[in-house]
Amino acid sequence: MLFTDLAFTLSPGDLLYVTGENGAGKSSLLRILAGLLTPEDGEVLWDGADIRGHGVQYRQSLLFLSHLNGLKDDLSVAENLSFAVRLTEGSVQPERIAQALNAVNLQPYLNERVGGLSQGQRRRVTLARLWLSRARVWLLDEPFVALDAASVEILKGRILQHLQDGGMTVLTTHQEVAIPAERVHRLKIA
Amino acid sequence: MMAIFFAVLQRDLRLAWRKPAEAATGVMFFIIVASLFPLAVNPDPVVLRGFAPGVLWVSVLLACLLSLPRVFALDYVDGALEQIMIAPQPLSLIVLAKVAAHWLTATLPIVLLSPLLGMLYGLDSHGLIVLAGSLLLGTPTLSLLGGIGAALTLGARGGGVLLSVLVLPLYIPVLIFGAGAVVASQAGLGVQAHFSLLGACFLLSFVLAPWAIAAALKIVME
Repeated sequence: MLFTDLAFTLSPGDLLYVTGENGAGKSSLLRILAGLLTPEDGEVLWDGADIRGHGVQYRQSLLFLSHLNGLKDDLSVAENLSFAVRLTEGSVQPERIAQALNAVNLQPYLNERVGGLSQGQRRRVTLARLWLSRARVWLLDEPFVALDAASVEILKGRILQHLQDGGMTVLTTHQEVAIPAERVHRLKIA
Repeated sequence: MMAIFFAVLQRDLRLAWRKPAEAATGVMFFIIVASLFPLAVNPDPVVLRGFAPGVLWVSVLLACLLSLPRVFALDYVDGALEQIMIAPQPLSLIVLAKVAAHWLTATLPIVLLSPLLGMLYGLDSHGLIVLAGSLLLGTPTLSLLGGIGAALTLGARGGGVLLSVLVLPLYIPVLIFGAGAVVASQAGLGVQAHFSLLGACFLLSFVLAPWAIAAALKIVME
């Protein structure tokens, strides 16, 4: 049993930090919220309805970036991103992908294969999806890991913008990264 | 809705195209195994012709089994599979596209090469056509049924052996009707009944397998 008696509600503009030691269940909580894991007991509600019953509506509003990047080494950066968008939102214009890569300072790598990128660059390719996403709920598992200081600032800015636009974000972290959002909640898993 | 089918198909074909050696493994395996038998058993053409349907069909079966783990394993390891699972798209349609891509890249080349290896066994032209036809109709069923096993054994230690144990018994009807069609053509009998049964196997697995694969993936990802 990882955790019990855990309850919270998120409204538009809310940011939730999930903290806890290694193995406490931060990633498992995110996977439960994403609908990949079923909790032993309890439920996850979206607009008042269980996500297991109303999966499609919820998944249309969801962006989940786990500690796995989900990138294919043999596809180019642009091909990876355009497939990721097609999975969630349908087609995407190439300009939007170029803009998203610009935001994470990876534009020169547009047509490079992901297999040739460094760990930090791969992470930034994954995070470029935040600029392509129209999802309202972001579940980010350790988004700041493997990023340099400049990238951390860029990412903080994007998350803040998302919250100001009425989005919600749940992120796990073991380092304190202050995002100056209006409504910040903290959840420590013991 | 079909857009996602073609998007996944295109992606998997592109991936296979960029790593041709991986897709070629099964094909090479088939060529080698099928050419070993004439060397090992009696090279008398009459004996070989008798062996041909069974040996060629079993070789295809094993070659198919060899390439099956790749259908989902790579996506599972790099996290692409979890992104697919949480996408607001019908999962059974996505897995159907993945199985189709697997069949096109790993199995269709084997089907196209089979008449060449049939010649090694001294099959006549009619026998070669029936062999290729039975494989063309039977192998999609192998890919669809194999997909269920590939999904169920994801992440399991010794998954390859487990996959064979799970999937090979399901292949028996296809093997019987497929090899049976070639045997019937050699005996000068009609092959329509065998082809109809192969077609029925395909339709049944086409309807049920994508749904079963999707269910298996959901269980495995838990």
